[in-house]
Amino acid sequence: MTNRFRLAFMVAAAALTLAAVSFAQNQPWNNPGRALNPNQQQGDAGPAPRRDLTGIWDAGGGGIGATGYPTSALTPWGEEVSKTHKAGDGSRMVPLPEINDPLSTLGDPAGFPRLLLFELRPFQVVHTLNSVLMLYMFEKRWRVIWTDGRQLPKDPDPRWYGYSVGRWEDDYTFVIETVGMDERTWLDNSGNPHSDQMRVEERYHRVNQNSLELTVTIDDPKAYTKPWVPKNKLPLRLLPAGTDLMEMIPSASGAAAYRKAMAEPIK
Amino acid sequence: MSERVFVVLLAIAAVLVTGAPVVAHHGAASFDTEREITLKGTVTEWIWANPHCFLKFDAIDDTGTVRNWVVETQNPTDMTVRGWRRTSFKAGDQVTVTLQPVKNGAPVGRVRKVMLANGETLGTTSTPPAGAPAQPAQPPQR
Repeated sequence: MTNRFRLAFMVAAAALTLAAVSFAQNQPWNNPGRALNPNQQQGDAGPAPRRDLTGIWDAGGGGIGATGYPTSALTPWGEEVSKTHKAGDGSRMVPLPEINDPLSTLGDPAGFPRLLLFELRPFQVVHTLNSVLMLYMFEKRWRVIWTDGRQLPKDPDPRWYGYSVGRWEDDYTFVIETVGMDERTWLDNSGNPHSDQMRVEERYHRVNQNSLELTVTIDDPKAYTKPWVPKNKLPLRLLPAGTDLMEMIPSASGAAAYRKAMAEPIK
Repeated sequence: MSERVFVVLLAIAAVLVTGAPVVAHHGAASFDTEREITLKGTVTEWIWANPHCFLKFDAIDDTGTVRNWVVETQNPTDMTVRGWRRTSFKAGDQVTVTLQPVKNGAPVGRVRKVMLANGETLGTTSTPPAGAPAQPAQPPQR
């Protein structure tokens, strides 16, 4: 291969990359997020601001967990529950008509932490005086992470998205603890189960102005023999402040239309 | 520049350009992933919706019978990245669809690419393939 050909090829590749980024940045409405390459820095990556996660963050393709995650060993209880989960992908994948994923077949909420482990599309972080709000593109959900020093509830009524409190471990690492999740939800797209005893830790580490890393740890002694880490320093990139995100809502009527169109003809 | 460095740079460029592959939310168990077929037909409906978009089209099979095919793509978000739009098709459009069919012979499948009557092609990789429509003057409204 000649040097001239190499140069031409690389220029073409760079041009295509820039075109893709430009495509994302120039859309005033309905930005799909993933159009922006997750590794693309937005201008100069200055130092991380102190105790601040403000902005719209995008993990790109790294946020999509289509096939689920390897877990620690299931307990006997976890094994029994997992046998009832007929997933559309991953290790418990079954043909379309047999899938019983509550999200894709019923339009149930993804729940937490599946919102992080399956479709972590762009999300916005907003700081208030006593909380941190996380506003997610997928499902158009939000979470309130209380930062006013309150303790997590004991024996709470189950919630699809649990109960969350957050604290700054240092000036650049925000740690969230969440409990009280509804057992009807799956952890991921492969149907990994959880119990009402699950505790989830999220660690958001601000690397610099434009970069964040997310680590998620699942601790559920009823379902798993030891804690496990589905997301380890997942890179997230800051999107431009004016980014208007597409809606991406998996509705019940959409789930029904999918079954009618795709699953029923092949029963 | 050594060959090794060049290969590494090319690999990085390829990742930057193509992005992540299309992911399957509903799995591949029902599809014949070893087989692709190409059909010419007439669009009857284009549904731009979550969790997946659908293209419905009539095509004549080997016996001369018209069958209405239903083929899925990924969701509007991921298809937007690939250059597809809510307005990409309308009923009556002539299309040539390359698809992965389901295993049981039903007229159901998932799209690999669609060629429009004017020769433009919409694919399922991150970067719109050569000949894909340019970005519309107006962004897609939903």
